[in-house]
Amino acid sequence: MAEHGGGVAEPGESGAWYRTYVVTWVWLLLITALEIGVFFGGLARALFVSLLVILALLKAVLIAAYFMHLRYERLNLIYTIALPLILILLLFLGVARDAVNVFDLRR
Amino acid sequence: MWGGGESPFAVPWSKLMMWLFLLSDAFTFAALLTGYAAMRLTGGTWPAQGDFFNITTVVGPMTFILICSSATMAVAVGSARRGDLRTAARFLALTVLGGLLFLGMQAFEWAGFIREGARLTGFVGEGAAGIPRAFPATFFVITGFHGSHVTSGVIYLLVKFFQTRRGRASAESIEVAGLYWHFVDLVWVFIFTLLYLV
Repeated sequence: MAEHGGGVAEPGESGAWYRTYVVTWVWLLLITALEIGVFFGGLARALFVSLLVILALLKAVLIAAYFMHLRYERLNLIYTIALPLILILLLFLGVARDAVNVFDLRR
Repeated sequence: MWGGGESPFAVPWSKLMMWLFLLSDAFTFAALLTGYAAMRLTGGTWPAQGDFFNITTVVGPMTFILICSSATMAVAVGSARRGDLRTAARFLALTVLGGLLFLGMQAFEWAGFIREGARLTGFVGEGAAGIPRAFPATFFVITGFHGSHVTSGVIYLLVKFFQTRRGRASAESIEVAGLYWHFVDLVWVFIFTLLYLV
């Protein structure tokens, strides 16, 4: 945002100012429709799960970047928000290791 | 990065604080979803979600509605920034409507699930054998925690709606409320994927 002296200038000089929101909205709906399609697609389990997780991450990035304006904030703020999310990955990997062990033992 | 000076993030304090709160909230949801993944992997045979939930007729539309309410929220914030409080109030009302619709459909899903024998601590009644206790437990805790976020968001946005209609809400405060609402939508993306689809 120009008045805050933020990083990237917001688009919208050409066309209506809400154009970005409409485009984001349509993409989110399309990806959701694709997700439901994948759900009934009968894919192999590993492919199915990874495809759905990638689509979910894509939607999350779209929402944060355009609806929440994170893309137009200073790099400083973007890093402050985005980098700690690595901790979620660490939490997940740490627990997954244990869970996979238990899963293997039960088999 | 930081160009020096007194405002390193170049955002109002309320916006920065909302972002930090949302980050902490993201960790809470991440912990719940990680716990769910671990319990599901170790909890025996997980039932097919399609047997219990109406993916195409209820849960899919719920997802569509929440995305639409996020879009109307974005337009409300944009209008408020441009000083058009009338349009902002109108789109805030639409956003609240979307939130209420979502909650109504979630209540419908919960009622159906409970009727089939799901309880917080496991399944009851015939057909309960073989269904892991973690299946209904994780479902109720995670969607319940998200639903309470939606409920808080609806109340938050209603307050903003009435303030905006009287011309007493600042564009900045509407934007901060918008951040919260978009986050609720963002979390639903993962709940929809991990609890209903995967």
